[in-house]
Amino acid sequence: MAKPDLLTVAEAGIYCAAGDFYIDPWRPVDRALITHGHADHARPGHARYLATEAAAPVIRYRLGVAVETIRYGEERRIGSTNVSFHPAGHVPGSAQIRVEHKGEVWVASGDYKVAPDRLSEPFEPVRCDTFITECTFGLPIFRWQAEAEAMAEIDAWWAKNRAEGRFSVLGAYALGKAQRLLAGIDSSQGPILTHGAVENVNDVLRGQGLPLPDTLRVTPEIDLKEHPGALVIATPSAMGGPWMKRFGQASTAFASGWMALRGVRRRRAADRGFVISDHADWAGLGQAITETGATRVIATHGYTSVFRRWLEDQGYEAGVITTQYEGESLDAPEEDVVE
Amino acid sequence: MREFARLFTALDQTTRTNAKVAALAEYFDRAPEADRLWTVAILSGRRPKRAVTATRLREWAAERAGLPLWLFEESYTIVGDLAETIALILPPPAEEVDLPLSHWIAEVRQLAALDEVAKKPRILAAWEALGGTERFLYNKLLTGGFRMGVSQTLMTRALSKATGISEPDLAHRLMGDWSAEATSWEALILTDDPTARLSRPYPFYLAYQIEGAAEDLGPPDDWFAEWKWDGIRGQLICRGGEHFLWSRGEELMTDRFPELAAARDWLPDGTVMDGEILAFADGHPLPFAALQRRIGRKTVPKKVLAEAPVVLMAYDLLEEGGQDIREIPFGERRARLTRLVEDLPPEAPIRLSPEAAFTDWTGLATQREGSREAGVEGLMLKRRAAPYLSGRRKGDWWKWKVDPLTIDAVMIYAQAGHGRRANLYTDFTFAVWDGPDLVPFTKAYSGLTDAEFNRITAWVRKNTLERFGPVRRVTPRHVFEIAFEGIQASTRHKSGVALRFPRMLRWREDKPVEEANTLADLEALLQQYG
Repeated sequence: MAKPDLLTVAEAGIYCAAGDFYIDPWRPVDRALITHGHADHARPGHARYLATEAAAPVIRYRLGVAVETIRYGEERRIGSTNVSFHPAGHVPGSAQIRVEHKGEVWVASGDYKVAPDRLSEPFEPVRCDTFITECTFGLPIFRWQAEAEAMAEIDAWWAKNRAEGRFSVLGAYALGKAQRLLAGIDSSQGPILTHGAVENVNDVLRGQGLPLPDTLRVTPEIDLKEHPGALVIATPSAMGGPWMKRFGQASTAFASGWMALRGVRRRRAADRGFVISDHADWAGLGQAITETGATRVIATHGYTSVFRRWLEDQGYEAGVITTQYEGESLDAPEEDVVE
Repeated sequence: MREFARLFTALDQTTRTNAKVAALAEYFDRAPEADRLWTVAILSGRRPKRAVTATRLREWAAERAGLPLWLFEESYTIVGDLAETIALILPPPAEEVDLPLSHWIAEVRQLAALDEVAKKPRILAAWEALGGTERFLYNKLLTGGFRMGVSQTLMTRALSKATGISEPDLAHRLMGDWSAEATSWEALILTDDPTARLSRPYPFYLAYQIEGAAEDLGPPDDWFAEWKWDGIRGQLICRGGEHFLWSRGEELMTDRFPELAAARDWLPDGTVMDGEILAFADGHPLPFAALQRRIGRKTVPKKVLAEAPVVLMAYDLLEEGGQDIREIPFGERRARLTRLVEDLPPEAPIRLSPEAAFTDWTGLATQREGSREAGVEGLMLKRRAAPYLSGRRKGDWWKWKVDPLTIDAVMIYAQAGHGRRANLYTDFTFAVWDGPDLVPFTKAYSGLTDAEFNRITAWVRKNTLERFGPVRRVTPRHVFEIAFEGIQASTRHKSGVALRFPRMLRWREDKPVEEANTLADLEALLQQYG
């Protein structure tokens, strides 16, 4: 008889029977191991949370829950399994979770990005037998340029707008993408303003010692005339709404992997689309999978059916599990609210 | 091609007209003359012919990228644009070179003459030399499809800005049968060439649909009304003993409608008229479907010629006795047109579009109600004092179409759109009830807002029953009000009807699926209006 799978999909999420815990569950459970703080992975209502030291503050802040922490690479015994967290390169504190049971090793990737940025702990490949991978951008049309090149594009866009006396409003996720941009751009160019949802996360991350440039929270009291030509980091949802009005004839842009597609770029009706993603591109997915040495690969969210067929072509034992993770969604409502 | 790519990106990034004109004007100022000329050619729809089949391009791109063809196809489904898919899927160029647009167009034109074995290495070499947007644009040149989101009017405005030549002059010079291969920037734009003038049409004046109430247009006496014909807009030119027939898309249609050759027997030299080409018999226009059989045919078989004879329903006179009279008020042009046409015998292939006389707007509204019975789309309103302008403009000409026919239908299939709408489900097939069955009767892909398309896309993803390639069969749950301009019996459609200009008028979220219309309802419409 074949061994039962170490990780399976139960009603509440990805479940490990040998350790009696869940990874990034979408329904309330007793014990949740959380890869990172994005809302589709870290949800409220669990009895116990375990996350990395760098991921925990944002989860505490967003969910108002107690979070037990673990260092990267530290091994912990849970049930009859050994569990450890390893950098996923997605956002600060994000982790892949390694589960070992009776000599068999599974890794659940969470969301990950192979190429380094200037803020997140760089992705570390982890050897395993079975790799559960995301594939948000699991098609060969997705190829990211180097971090410095992408940031230089934003710098140039900002400089041009500044010369024209316009604000530059850049849409990005409040957690991760926004801070990665802050750390990557040339912040000496001029003042940087932030949407409240972004600034809240900035506060949390600064509090844990991450180096971010000075930013100013946009409030009703702030006099925008004092900050001409500022760069404004906003959430995608704020960019569609009345919040934007105060910036007048601003130039607008989005930073997302989806901006690689002209159709999506045009549909967003922003002036610019910068191709910057916190997920692995096609080559990154391939590299990560190869480096795990896994013989079995299971795709979760993204272009799963295509990706699975590709994996099978490459000789892997491949599968798909249906999860409720969203990957990099352009149209999802932003989870943060401004107080 | 870097300069051209920069222009393309600038145009692609903005919807603001002024920004587009500025980007174009700057380009026309700076780019080499041959490139400027080709840009004008591309923007006015004159592009090199497709140089290689899409099938080969897919195969070669997949091979070069080291990917199986199925994966290329899956990627194409997501991107929705072949040129873009190829540009994205190929590895980055080995060594980028910057050669002018005219170089790449010459290259593509040479390719067309080669066999496939010879084409392949040249295309692969081009892919190696071009990156990003430039590679995408090269692919667009290869595949022959090109849209840059710039109307001819905008381009003319930018050209005028860059050259100091007036917009109407430029618009006129850009009309007609020129090609970038055979002319030069100097000859086409900067000098007026008299030999080209013989066949050259005037830019068409186009109307918008009226926005408010007709009463708001002012005193009825200031306005002239006539039927809005449902045919093909055409400009008939009689000059130098020859005749030329131009479409609104600046296509020469002279040979497609040989009946109009007889116009030479009845019209004096130096006459240019604007009108509608209509299939016409026994004093009445035939349904558009009859004319449709003649569109796209270069030569017309006798049988079709006999079944769907055409006339020009003339409604404006642009040139008389070799004089451009577009500046004369419409009322006077119309009077001169009438003198020229009203006494022609029925053998002449020209008719005068009759005036819909009216004294008050209410009376005219009543006449408009009879449009569908008369086989027309509604009314045209023209200000008597207005000159003949060029391009689509508001103010002096208005379309006043009848309200469309509508039917409530159930969405049963969805397909992703292309280009701007790639990745969104925008192309739907609709059905009506026939007893317990749903019978498909039309497709439609316009009429919803972006927000609605986003919502329906999310719904389609979750409610797919079956996939056939890019098409998804979905749960019959949503009812849409489909509007259309006409209905005809058709043997080619399962439902037995074909609609004219179907589009989604409303998403009827209030309506349960059982309450959608039936095939019998459609048949009743066919009886009444077919």
